[in-house]
Amino acid sequence: MSADGEYKGADVIIVGGGVSGLSTAWWLARAGVDVLLIEKGIVGWGASGRNGGGATHHQSPLFAEEQRLWPLMDELLGYPTEYQPKRIRMALSDAQMDEFRIGVDNTRGQGFPAEWLDAKQVREMVPLAGDTVRGGVYYERGGHANPQRTVQAYAWALQDLGGRILQHTAVTGFERRGDKVVAVETSAGRFSCKTLVLAAGPQTGVLTALLDSEVPITPARAEMIVTEPLPLMPIGGVDGNHLYGRQTLRGNLAYGGGPHEWLTPQDDAVAARPSSPLARNVAKRLAELFPKAAHVRVIRSWAGVIENTPDGRPVIDRLPTAGNVIAATMSSVGFGLSPATGRAISQLVLDGRCDFADLSSFRLSRFGNLSPDWREERGWVPPRTDDDDARAA
Amino acid sequence: MTRLDERSTAGKPLPVREHARLLVIGAGPAGLSAALEAARRGVEVVLVDEHPVDHALMGLDVPFHFGQRMSGSTRNKARMIETIAAADARIAEAFEAGVDVRLGIAVWGLFSQRPGLRWLRGHVAGLSDGETSWFLSFDAAIVATGRRDVGLAFPGWELPGVMGVTAASALLQRYDAFDGRTLAILGSGVEATQFAKTALSAGREVVALIEPAEAPRDPAGCAELAREGVPVLTQTMIARAVDGSDGVEHVLVRGVGSDGVDARKLVCDTVVLATGAAPVIELLDVAGAEIAFAPCRGGYVPVLDTDGRTSIPGLFAAGDCAGITAGKTMDAAIAAAEGTRAAAAACDELAGGSAKAWQPAPEAAPRPADEDVEAVRSAWVAASMAVADVETHLCQCEEVNLADLLGVRPPRYLAGQDGERKSHDLAALAADGQVSQDQIKRLTRAGMGPCQGRRCREQVGAVLARATATPLARMPLPSHRAPVRPLPLSAFAEDQEPDLLAQNWEGWFGIASQWEPFWTLSDGAGTKDRP
Repeated sequence: MSADGEYKGADVIIVGGGVSGLSTAWWLARAGVDVLLIEKGIVGWGASGRNGGGATHHQSPLFAEEQRLWPLMDELLGYPTEYQPKRIRMALSDAQMDEFRIGVDNTRGQGFPAEWLDAKQVREMVPLAGDTVRGGVYYERGGHANPQRTVQAYAWALQDLGGRILQHTAVTGFERRGDKVVAVETSAGRFSCKTLVLAAGPQTGVLTALLDSEVPITPARAEMIVTEPLPLMPIGGVDGNHLYGRQTLRGNLAYGGGPHEWLTPQDDAVAARPSSPLARNVAKRLAELFPKAAHVRVIRSWAGVIENTPDGRPVIDRLPTAGNVIAATMSSVGFGLSPATGRAISQLVLDGRCDFADLSSFRLSRFGNLSPDWREERGWVPPRTDDDDARAA
Repeated sequence: MTRLDERSTAGKPLPVREHARLLVIGAGPAGLSAALEAARRGVEVVLVDEHPVDHALMGLDVPFHFGQRMSGSTRNKARMIETIAAADARIAEAFEAGVDVRLGIAVWGLFSQRPGLRWLRGHVAGLSDGETSWFLSFDAAIVATGRRDVGLAFPGWELPGVMGVTAASALLQRYDAFDGRTLAILGSGVEATQFAKTALSAGREVVALIEPAEAPRDPAGCAELAREGVPVLTQTMIARAVDGSDGVEHVLVRGVGSDGVDARKLVCDTVVLATGAAPVIELLDVAGAEIAFAPCRGGYVPVLDTDGRTSIPGLFAAGDCAGITAGKTMDAAIAAAEGTRAAAAACDELAGGSAKAWQPAPEAAPRPADEDVEAVRSAWVAASMAVADVETHLCQCEEVNLADLLGVRPPRYLAGQDGERKSHDLAALAADGQVSQDQIKRLTRAGMGPCQGRRCREQVGAVLARATATPLARMPLPSHRAPVRPLPLSAFAEDQEPDLLAQNWEGWFGIASQWEPFWTLSDGAGTKDRP
C-alpha cells in the first residue's frame, strides 16, 4: 500500500527483471499497455546479464523471429546492445565437425544459409585460429550481443515508454479471486493487476507453486572467463571446442562451458558468487581453440544461475489454476531468443495467441505425468557435501 | 534412487598438486610473524609471497601502481628473489626455522565448499609462478596480503612516473629497484611522511608534499620533514603532470579553489600518490568470507573474531588486509602481533582438530590519528574533480572520465554517427534504487580492464557515493573475481585435467532434448512437419 493508502497496480505485472521479463514488458509498453515490472534485485542481475550473448538458436520455434529482430534491436530500443551478426563454429576434430551437422541441417531446413568451412577457410576468417583447427561452419545469420548492455537497454527503453520498474522488491504472495490473481503481494506492498506474467528465472518454480501449478525447474550454476582485450577479429562470434562465447566489441574473449552445479532454489542468491577452480578448464579449451591467443591474460571469471525444465525446453503457457497468469521460463537458453520471446508473450497477453510462431512445444501440460522424483532420477540434485557424508556415516 | 548427472560437478575430482597443513599468504610483517609462530609450534607451514612480481605485470600496475618507475633489474627474476629475500632478515629466519618459503608465487584464488561449490572437498588455493598454475589444498590459512594504493585522477596521471606510495615503498625497500630521483608526493598523511623520510635516507630528493586540505594530515611528520627542508604545500593540488622524454618532467600545482592563474611548476620525475590505502581483501572476498565496511580501518575489511578468524572456518586474516590504521602504518610490530595471534589460534585449531565457534569481535574505538575513510576519500575525490578535464580518465584501462561515469555512458566505440552515446544518467539510475558500482562497471566499463580495477576502484566508488549522496558505508562492495592476478591463458590453463572431467565436458548442460528441433517433437508439439 502506498503512503496515501491507495492500492497501486498496473494492467499487467511482470515478475522478474531478467531478459525475458524485460522484453515482454517492453513489447507490452510499445503496445500502449500499462505495465509494471517487479524485480527482487537489479534488472538483469541474474543469468540474463552473465551469459555468452549468443543469438543462434536453430532448434527453437522462435529462431526465425530471433533472426529477424536482432538486427533491428538497437534502433527499436534506442540504446546499444552491441549486437553483431554472423557466427562461426570451429571444430578441432572430426568428431566435433560431426556435432555441427544437426545445426547446419536445422538452419538450412528453416531457409537460412549455413556454409561448411575447411581448415584453411577458418584460418582466413579467424585470425586467432591456428594449426589445431579441423574445419568449421559459417552462419551468415545468428550472432551475438552484450548481455549486460542489452538488459539495461530493455529497461531504459521500457521506462522511456512509461513502463515502471520496481527494483529491490521481493514477491511474497498472490491475492486470488476465483481462478484469477488480482494482486501481487511484495516487500513494498500490494499491487493489483489484470494479468500477471511470471518470468522469475530460478524462482519461477517456487512462485508458480504458490498458485498450485508448479512449473518444474531446477536451478544450476555455470561460469565463464574473460581475457584482456585483443585486436578485433572480423567476426567476433566464434566458438567451438565445447565452449560458447564471443569476442566482445572491446576485444575481450568471453567464454564458458563445462560442468554445471545443481542447486536448491534457496541457493539462488548466494550461489552466483563463488568463482570456481573450473575456470582453468575453460582456459585450457580456449587456449586450444585460439592458439594465437595463448599469451593473453585472463582477468576475470564469474558465474550465473540458470534454471532447466525436465526436458531442457521452455515453458510459455497459461497456468491451468490461474487463468490470467502466464508463466515463462526459457530453460537456460533465454538471452538470444529474448527479442522474440518478449514479443510472443506480449501477444499471448493481448491476443491469447502468438501469430508468428508455434508455441505448442512450450506447453506446461507435457509435464502432466512427471514423476515426483524427476530431479533425483536425472541426478539434478546438489552434490553431497562433507556434512552430508558425515550425517550418513 | 538418485542417479549421478555425469555432466555436473558432482563427483568430479580436483587435481591438487600439494597439501599444506598451514598456508600463509604474504611475507610482510604479519605473514612472517605468523609463519614463524607456527614453525615454533611445530606446524608445517607454506609461506607464499607474490614478490618479486614479473616485470610485465608491474607494467600493468599489478599488484601496485608502479607507474613504470621500476628499474630494468626487475626483469631478472632470480636476482629479484635474492634481493627480496635479503631485504628482510626474518625471511632467512623463516627458512632456517623450516618454513617452506616460496617467493614469486601468487595466490590467485581461494575456494572452499559452499553452495555453488559443494563438489569441492576442503580448502583449496590456486597458485601460479607466472608460467603455470596449480592447486594446493590446506587445512588452515592465514591471509596476510597487506595493502595497496588508492588511485587519484588528475590531468596527466596516466603518465609514466605517476605511481602509488605502496609501489614506491616496495621498489625502494624490497626490490632495491626504484627509478624515481626527484619526487613530488601528493598527500600529507602518515603514508606520505613515512615514505618521504625513507626516500630522503635513500638519497632521493623530495621536492614537496602537496596537500589540498588546510592543514597537514600528519602534523608531526610534516614538521619533521620541514626541518629537513621539504616544503609541505597545504591548500594546494596538482593541476597537471607534464610529460618529458621519460614520463613526468614536472607538475603544475595551484591553490585549491583558484582558477589556475597561480599555477607554478615543480620539477620532478615522479609523483607519488599518498592519497589513501586499501586493505587487499581480494582473496577473502573470492573465498566468500564476510566483509564489512570499517570507516576508520581503511574501508571494506573482513569480519574477524579477536584471534583473526574469518567467517570461513580455518581461514584467518592478519595485518593490513584486516584493516589499516595510522598505528599500523607507523609501527610494523602491530601487524606482526596480529600475525602471531592468528597463527597461535590456527595452530590450536589444527592440534584440536575442530574450529571454535565464531564470534565477531566488536569494532574497537578509533584512535585520533585514524582517518575516517568517508571524509578522506570524499575530500580527495573533490580535489580530483576540481582539476579533472575530459581527458582525465579515472579508469585508465577503459578510458572512462568523470562525465562518462555521471552520465552512465557506454564506451566511445558505441557512439552513434553523431557521436552521441545514449543512456539514462546516474541520477535517473539512482531514482530506480540503490546504485551498485558493479552495475556502473558493466555499463561504463569503469574497472573492467587488465589492472582489474586496482587504480580506480575506490575513486569510482567515492564519485558514485558523492554524486548519489550515499554514504560510502552503504555503497555495496564491488565484487572481486578470480583470478585476482591477471594470468596468461597458457599459464592459467589446467594441465592436469582428470579424464573423468574431459570425458564429460559439454558446452552447455548436455540435455539432448534441449536441442531437438521443435518440429520433430512429439510431446505436446502441434506440428510434426518441417516448416
